[in-house]
Amino acid sequence: MRITALVKRIMLQMFRDKRTLALLFLAPLLVLTLMYLIFDSNEEEMKLGVVGGNDMLIETLETQGIQVEDFESADNGTVLENRLDGLLEIEADGAMLTLENDDPAKAKALLAQISQILALQGQGSAEQNTSSPALETDYIYGNEDTEFFDMIGPILVGFFVFFFVFLISGIGLLKERVSGTLERVLATPVKRWEIVAAYLTGFGIFAVIQTTIVVFFAIWILDMVMEGEIWHVIVINLMLALVALSLGILLSTFAGSEFQMVQFIPLVIVPQIFFSGLFPLDGMADWLQNLGRIMPLYYGADALKAVMYRGEGLIDVWEDLLVLGLFALLFIVLNILALKRYRKL
Amino acid sequence: MNHMIRVKGLSKSFGKQRVLKDIELTVAEGQIYGLIGPSGSGKTTLVKMIVGIDSPDSGTVTVMDKRVPDLGLLQDIGYMAQSDALYLELTGKENLAFFASLFNLKGSRLKERIDYVAKIVDLETSLNKKVAAYSGGMKRRLSLAIALVHDPKLLILDEPTVGIDPELRQSVWQELLELMAQGKTIVLTTHVMDEAAKCEMIALVRDGGILASGSPEELKAKFGASDLEGVFLAAGRGAK
Repeated sequence: MRITALVKRIMLQMFRDKRTLALLFLAPLLVLTLMYLIFDSNEEEMKLGVVGGNDMLIETLETQGIQVEDFESADNGTVLENRLDGLLEIEADGAMLTLENDDPAKAKALLAQISQILALQGQGSAEQNTSSPALETDYIYGNEDTEFFDMIGPILVGFFVFFFVFLISGIGLLKERVSGTLERVLATPVKRWEIVAAYLTGFGIFAVIQTTIVVFFAIWILDMVMEGEIWHVIVINLMLALVALSLGILLSTFAGSEFQMVQFIPLVIVPQIFFSGLFPLDGMADWLQNLGRIMPLYYGADALKAVMYRGEGLIDVWEDLLVLGLFALLFIVLNILALKRYRKL
Repeated sequence: MNHMIRVKGLSKSFGKQRVLKDIELTVAEGQIYGLIGPSGSGKTTLVKMIVGIDSPDSGTVTVMDKRVPDLGLLQDIGYMAQSDALYLELTGKENLAFFASLFNLKGSRLKERIDYVAKIVDLETSLNKKVAAYSGGMKRRLSLAIALVHDPKLLILDEPTVGIDPELRQSVWQELLELMAQGKTIVLTTHVMDEAAKCEMIALVRDGGILASGSPEELKAKFGASDLEGVFLAAGRGAK
């Protein structure tokens, strides 16, 4: 089989190129870990402003490792000026906690600690007050649901799969064009669709391995939120990888060198990040928001968020998968046509 | 005599530049046919169209009575490109095996052919080395071996002896003559005049057109020149 010969050769080439292989498998893990560390760090000491708190409360807070500053009176401005993570105002009928929430993870941790402490204190003074003091919360930035890494994690997984598969498959075929081996291969009785199929299979095998590693790493090591089924996540990522693969190969037609292939990143990859849901688009004009709908990552990210964050299944995201499938089909057909430039048959 | 290749009214432009102008060419079976001309004269474009990996704007190419491009035809054509189109990460043997399997060679036949062509181009000892470690001449020889690996009836060689040392060039020519004796047809391009003299038939290519064609002896007599260089100059003057 000609396809088998092509696939075997592609894989052999990849195995000989250890650095590219390492980039494909390890780079997503490295970047994902970095993102995790940046957005999920809880190690820092918290700084809390307190208004009207008694000594006992302050002492308890301090033993919990919270740095406390006492204020006569305070408002949101005080929090920002003194770079506080939160402000606790004790009133007669309850407590008000204002969280800065610049880092949602930190804010969440602080809220958990304080409500615990207040609940304990409430128990101690149960004779005077039958119910523990109500804790009201307010956020300077964002709201109580924000857990940044939780939200962007699924998108990041999809993005890294997309990006690295795009880059490596694109450059793979580009090398063939530049070195003349593609033309040489077309001087054999191989059919154009066989070349495209072989490329999809050869690089597809690496994409499957990469996707599996990235998904398991994100869920098991980084403890990313995972409400749905792991294999659903892998299926979605494989669809994304297929689109990336066929798009990478297609765009390599329009690149004259590896450097020109890299130039497609700001044109093709970066806009997809903006529209994938990593950044809130609510402020954008409607027609601009809809721009995301022509981008494959938009659908991949949507499906991944649904499965990983909201715990939905593949059936719930069938529309996203269908669109991804259509993207892949379109790019594959265009690839077969693009090879006509070399040989009409 | 049977016609192996028949080229009729072939023209091709890249943008405004006309690379080939109304080329007429006939190659008989069993000949060594040389396309002689300076670089940029259109030889490479012409041979690519004969193989079928470039398409003309107008005109036709027929090989073995089949209109090019034809996938089945490619099984009988051995093409050696001007640039060494090789996979540098792979060994010489892996390169040969890859192309051989695209021609559906397998098993013992594949092994046999690889050993045979490696011997012809004197690469037997370096077959297991990666191509990245090959010298320029070795790469050229491997390219030639790949063109021969499926035992094609028609060989189309674009500058086959560039970068090969004189001794090896001699042995490559010996092999080409041997292949011709076996009944193969060979079309090659060159810009070296003394190589052209070894061809049975030659066509002088310049500026996308064929200035003159015939056997070296015929051409010398026709233009009253003592060598092919003289023929080339005389034909060039005549064309202007």
